[in-house]
Amino acid sequence: MKTRTKCRLLMAGLILGIGLTGVVALSLGPVQLRLPLDAFQTKILFDLRLPRILLALMVGAALAVAGVLFQGLFRNPLADPYILGTSSGAALGATIAVLSGVNYQFLGLSTRPLLAFIGALLATALVYALGRMGKRPVLTVMLLAGIAVGAFFSAVTSLLLFFRQEELGKIMFWMMGGFAYARWAEVRIVLPYLGGTFLYSWSLARQLNLLLLGEEKAHQLGLAVGDLQRRIVITASVLVAAAVSVSGAIGFIGMMAPHIVRLLIGPDHRYLLPASALAGGLLLLVADTLARTLLSPVELPVGVLTSFIGGPFFLYLLHKGRSALY
Amino acid sequence: MKAAGPILVVEDLSFSFGKRPVLAGLNFTVPTGGITGIIGPNGSGKTTLLKCLNKTLTPTGGRVTFMGQDLSRIKLRTLARLMGVVPQQWTTPFAFTVREVVMMGRFPYLRRWAGESEADRAVVREAMQATNTWALADRLITELSGGERQRVLIAQALAQTPRLLLLDEPTSHLDVNQTLEICALLERLIRTKGLTVLAVFHDLNLAARYCQQLIMLKEGYIYAQGAPEEVLSGPNVDAVFGVKTVVGAEPFTGRPYLYFFLNQGQ
Repeated sequence: MKTRTKCRLLMAGLILGIGLTGVVALSLGPVQLRLPLDAFQTKILFDLRLPRILLALMVGAALAVAGVLFQGLFRNPLADPYILGTSSGAALGATIAVLSGVNYQFLGLSTRPLLAFIGALLATALVYALGRMGKRPVLTVMLLAGIAVGAFFSAVTSLLLFFRQEELGKIMFWMMGGFAYARWAEVRIVLPYLGGTFLYSWSLARQLNLLLLGEEKAHQLGLAVGDLQRRIVITASVLVAAAVSVSGAIGFIGMMAPHIVRLLIGPDHRYLLPASALAGGLLLLVADTLARTLLSPVELPVGVLTSFIGGPFFLYLLHKGRSALY
Repeated sequence: MKAAGPILVVEDLSFSFGKRPVLAGLNFTVPTGGITGIIGPNGSGKTTLLKCLNKTLTPTGGRVTFMGQDLSRIKLRTLARLMGVVPQQWTTPFAFTVREVVMMGRFPYLRRWAGESEADRAVVREAMQATNTWALADRLITELSGGERQRVLIAQALAQTPRLLLLDEPTSHLDVNQTLEICALLERLIRTKGLTVLAVFHDLNLAARYCQQLIMLKEGYIYAQGAPEEVLSGPNVDAVFGVKTVVGAEPFTGRPYLYFFLNQGQ
């Protein structure tokens, strides 16, 4: 079967899955909904559950697209969207927001997602600056810088929390990743970032394919490699920062979704990118729906749930051996 | 651009890694059509020279003129339409089909959002038929043997419809039969497409048999250049490779054929 046909089938299936899961997710929750809806139930449906579902879909898609970009950049299908220390930067930003107690509204966003976004971008920018020699990013240096910067930012976060342990709970839930605070403001903020960066990434699809052949081969085929690498880092970082700022660091979606899609339709980015976005959205929507219903009315942090599934999945892939990884 | 003039003119080309000179003052021309071979022991700068010619590395001195234009002023994308490069060894862990990999040779011709045209597909098909890879079209690149992958790489370079093909030891991973097939293919492309080939050879006898011109490198400078009969003289090979050479003649073509012995009791 042609890749295009396979991709269309897969995407149709994913859209169907998202629709069905969406309907189920809308109807599930601590408050039972019965038709006809009263004002309270309508509010729950449209102001809580619907934005939450949309946000889960968008964050999942953002993480999957960022995963695809970083996996292409590092030519490693197991690369994670948080590989460049993005999540630790966001965590520090969020911690500062909570501890400082400043309450400033910007485009309907409160201080916490705002500072998380800034922290995420700062951390990645720092890693990127450290990992560059001249004009070209050097990937190995960048990876190591990512680890170092991530550790440093986490240390600062831990230190701040150590002195203000009474605030630990507030920040903890966010660090574990979740959508408990998802409202329309978050949806409105993430949507343009996701839409813009996705279209831009898609326009780079053929160049991303070339990059998978290796820097030298891509260069020989007429691709300005350093320039593309810079674009990828910036695009993916904006995506991750936007996702992390509203939901905390949610693990493994950015690795699992592209991986499954690659197994089904191959590595061609023209198909991989849109299909992975849908798969990431569906995966995270399913995970979030489980997270808030499994132990209802207690809500599990969705990041804990995805890592619970993702960790063993990752180990399974490693165990299966290198040849089958891709 | 006249086909008769040299396709490549190299003047006083130098390259250093930091303070360490790798290439020092190279001067040579590559005539249009035919095979020019680059030979020399490991570390003599052969691969570095190829990288300077395809803009992977920027020379630290001198001038390269490709098809009448200053190489440093040619855009990468334009260069990729005129020059194909086949590296020595290449793999990817990503499971593209052979057809997809060869189609990537059309990259310098494709616009960002445009799909591949019928003409692109025809070029790809022709390149694959010429390299005997058409039967592999739907196989995954990750499943091929070294020899098959090498032919796919040549097909990809041909899909760029280049005027000049740079090859870095194109046959070092191939068996005798595949080696001869690749060389025959190159000769055929030179005849039918007016292609020019500049290739690094490890096997001096193969170079002697197929090249019209040889450039012999030693420690980053040109020790000898010219026709194989002149360059592959006993004293030259002895001095550059540090062996004892007896030069014979290949019985069918009369080209030089070398026998090597260890240089003992110097």
